Amino acid sequence: MMGFISYLVNGISLGSVYALIALGYTMVYGIAKMLNFAHGDVIMIGSYVVFSTVSTMGLPPAAGILISVAVCTVLGVVIERIAYRPLRQASKLVVLITAIGVSYFLQNVALLIYGANTKSFTSVVTIPPLSLAGGALIISGETIVTILACIVIMIVLTLFIRHSKPGRAMLAVSEDGGAAQLMGVNVDGTIALTFAIGSALAAVAGVLLCSSYPSLTPYTGAMPGIKAFVAAVFGGIGSIPGAFIGGILLGIIEILGKAYISSQLADAIVFAVLIVVLLVKPTGILGRQIQEKV
Amino acid sequence: MRQMKTKALSKQTRNNLVTYGIVIAAYIAVEILMRAGMVSSLLKGLLVPLCIYVILAVSLNLTVGILGELSLGHAGFMCVGAFAGAIFSKCTMNAIPVAGLRFFLALLIGAAFAALAGILVGIPVLRLKGDYLAIVTLAFGEIIKNVINIIFLGRDSRGFHISLKDAFDLGLEPEGEVIIKGPQGITGTPNDSTFLIGILLILVTLFIVLNLIHSRTGRAIMSIRDNRIAAESVGINVTKYKLLAFTVSASLAGVAGVLYAHNLSTLAAQPKNFGYNMSIMILVFVVLGGIGNIRGSIIAAVVLTLLPEMLRSLNDYRMLIYAVVLIAVMIFSWSPKCREFRERYGLKRLLGSKKGAKEEV
Amino acid sequence: MKKILSLCMAMALVVSMTACGSKDDGKATTAAPADNTTTAAAAENDGTAAAGGEATTAAAGETVAFTGEGSFKIGGIGPTTGGASAYGIAVQRGAQIAADEINAAGGINGYMVELNFQDDEHDPEKSVNAYNTLKDWGMQVLVGSVTSNPCIAVAEKSQADNLFQLTPSGTAVDCVKYDNAFRMCFSDPNQGLESAKYIGENSLATKVAVIYDSSDPYSVGIYEAFRAEAENQSFEIVSAEAFTADSKTDFSVQVQKSKDAQADLLYMPFYYTEASLVLQECDKQSYKPVFFGVDGMDGILSVENFKVELANELMYMAPFVATSEDEQVKSFVTKYETQFGETPNQFAADAYDCMYVVKAAIEKAGATPDMDASAICDALKTAMTEISYDGITGKEISWEATGEPNKAPMIVQIKDGVTVELQ
Repeated sequence: MMGFISYLVNGISLGSVYALIALGYTMVYGIAKMLNFAHGDVIMIGSYVVFSTVSTMGLPPAAGILISVAVCTVLGVVIERIAYRPLRQASKLVVLITAIGVSYFLQNVALLIYGANTKSFTSVVTIPPLSLAGGALIISGETIVTILACIVIMIVLTLFIRHSKPGRAMLAVSEDGGAAQLMGVNVDGTIALTFAIGSALAAVAGVLLCSSYPSLTPYTGAMPGIKAFVAAVFGGIGSIPGAFIGGILLGIIEILGKAYISSQLADAIVFAVLIVVLLVKPTGILGRQIQEKV
Repeated sequence: MRQMKTKALSKQTRNNLVTYGIVIAAYIAVEILMRAGMVSSLLKGLLVPLCIYVILAVSLNLTVGILGELSLGHAGFMCVGAFAGAIFSKCTMNAIPVAGLRFFLALLIGAAFAALAGILVGIPVLRLKGDYLAIVTLAFGEIIKNVINIIFLGRDSRGFHISLKDAFDLGLEPEGEVIIKGPQGITGTPNDSTFLIGILLILVTLFIVLNLIHSRTGRAIMSIRDNRIAAESVGINVTKYKLLAFTVSASLAGVAGVLYAHNLSTLAAQPKNFGYNMSIMILVFVVLGGIGNIRGSIIAAVVLTLLPEMLRSLNDYRMLIYAVVLIAVMIFSWSPKCREFRERYGLKRLLGSKKGAKEEV
Repeated sequence: MKKILSLCMAMALVVSMTACGSKDDGKATTAAPADNTTTAAAAENDGTAAAGGEATTAAAGETVAFTGEGSFKIGGIGPTTGGASAYGIAVQRGAQIAADEINAAGGINGYMVELNFQDDEHDPEKSVNAYNTLKDWGMQVLVGSVTSNPCIAVAEKSQADNLFQLTPSGTAVDCVKYDNAFRMCFSDPNQGLESAKYIGENSLATKVAVIYDSSDPYSVGIYEAFRAEAENQSFEIVSAEAFTADSKTDFSVQVQKSKDAQADLLYMPFYYTEASLVLQECDKQSYKPVFFGVDGMDGILSVENFKVELANELMYMAPFVATSEDEQVKSFVTKYETQFGETPNQFAADAYDCMYVVKAAIEKAGATPDMDASAICDALKTAMTEISYDGITGKEISWEATGEPNKAPMIVQIKDGVTVELQ
């Protein structure tokens, strides 16, 4: 029993990282309606920025995180401006391919700047681990911070989208870009803002990902990026609470699958569960049913 | 040839013949150059992979362009075909000494297994739509890769043994042979793939795909793509046609897989060759060549496979430049401003032919 | 109209293919004398993004100055981009240092060496492309491929061409299946066997847990041999958990299972990148078994910012110790550090030795650059079994005709951030 709870806690801590990444994914998807495959690589860039500023230059972690958020925000806006905006009218597939191009680009830039060798990331979290049941159950400080960050971000994002003017503009663009434009919403600006927020979230996610799992290479972002994408789909892509639930569930499934079924088949189990969920609920757990027009 | 001259021949058929012609002409040209000793080893080595990627691109175009569903698991079917074909060849290496016959059978087996996988995956997957379908195909691709990676298959006088743990677990007799060694995959598959076979398979693929597109079935499939509800309302069995297109596409990917397995002496399911990266790579060919444009897929597959090799002299900047080229080409060919620019500056012909091809499909 | 257009396209395609072919061909034939400058310089500049820019340009100048008449063309293949690039880049740099040294010291029998290193992205197909590119360049000897599966694919081609191949780090058994292929490193089974023996003979543990990468042939190969040998030893494998390339962020389950099985030794046949995460996780769960790794563990101390206390008392099989007092090692490590700003790992060391082994074999065989690749291969095949080589990854290394090196495995242990030899 203790073992099970302990696995569950580990699952939640892995899941919280997925959830945090998935929030950025789902945000961009919900508004810009595009799969930003480069999101995982923005995370990686964000982590490298923190690594350079904190571990190499010796700045305090808070400053490092702020710089990283700033860099990623700018990066996100620049990517959107250069690579995605010209393709606003093109087929979704074209944008998907461009996003993959951007992903390759970021990986190779990081490879040229930082080299291929693994860097060990120093955790920016200083909260001591929480010890329960006489030390049999340990919840790390990183997990606590990640979950708190997820919840705070989720609430702030929801409030922002529902109650602020730019937030409502995002909703309008998400519902119908053309109509929103006719109503005087600056569609390009709104989408740029979405990317800015999404990339800032990526920076935060990067810091917490690498704090929990402190190994950093130019390819660090790729697989968690895909997993988080799966998590976002799992929860219903475009839905902010859905991303959180999807992320946590994915983490738990992955860990429990490894623990009780087979550690070799962990990936297959995760994906199989995803397939089953989508077959039962074709738009994910909290996804909206798409209206079909004749 | 006589046929070609007849005026009565439809525009469509002529267009198809041109596509075949391009492939045959390319083959002849390469053969002549090869005889003349003007082909570099690099290009010689690339000939079979080029055929593989062309087949993959054309077959994926059937799903993406004609059926209109985004599949990110094409490499998974290729993987199934590759392993099925390679296991067969490896087991019958001594029993069937004639390479041609053995390879032909391997192709059939690879195609059959990939088709089976296509049906199994297709039945649940095709109920979904859009991005959800894409992610589920990606999931299937990854599952296939993951499962193949942990299979150990051995053979001795008592028959086949399978294990999911390690080769030691197979309990083989001393003279037994391990066929699939988990992540190391299958080594020592006969190198039966040749450029000629590759070209013939491209022609077969084109024949199947083009005929399918221009048949009644193809029109039904395209009507589903354009408006599912309208298609359903005129009595088209949506599930049947969707599954048909998906399965044909999968089995052709399986053929490409068999070709792949018999080109190198090592076959392993790594993220690089059978992961989602590969599926995306094939998708890039399709999108770049023009969604639904078969000839475009062929050209894009050839160009994009050659490109990273041509960039080798850039060393470290190779993949960086490749990424930049990919983004630039996408923006150049799809952004409205660039299109305007091209129309104004006389590249109309190129654009015209692209549009034309699209209309005909 | 349409037909004409399409024909134009067909023509364009054919022409472009011809252009590719003839352009390449041109390179293959004319590159030899004219292209020296660029290849040498390019190979030099590879991967020196940050440090040592000046040093390398100077060295490049030097190389060019020497390559006047016939020189040995040595090709290298390995991943310099993609997930395995850390290994490929290390090999590229190690080999380059050796090549520069050899040239500075007057070359091989008075002939210079040229090194051309090509990327294979850790993909067998790309590796064969790289091989063919090198063939077009006029490669006479191959140092590569770095990783196992690509190496097996390339070996098939090099065997057909009868081209001498020495892999620095292709550990799979099949890498040296043919008589033209040799390797510098230990093979997978060899490592598994030796480590099981060492653990058994020194009674390091009675219960052993293994964590391995089930998607990596290297890791699985060692694990299999280890498991087979464990039957003959005094310890018992109580837990064997896997991870894959796609899920190597979180190791909590694998570590917890090892802990629950009360294993007193954790065997880790994989690379240091993942090992640093496993060690971190063990620390988190306050699980302190004896840690035992294989040669992939080498480099763990050079992971930037790594908390060395996590790896305290970690034992692993290492062919090469960067902190060794050996003169050859010291000189190599200093050169590597000044040029590239980081400590070399076993991959760099293996590659460095490979270049010198090629040199020794060529000198033994008395081969000259005007011989074709096949003739050189025949000469080197025999010479390889006759030489005995003292390098930085072992002393008095000799080779069997099968391609396997005879070198004594060395077990090292990390103590307070310093690697100490145990044997």
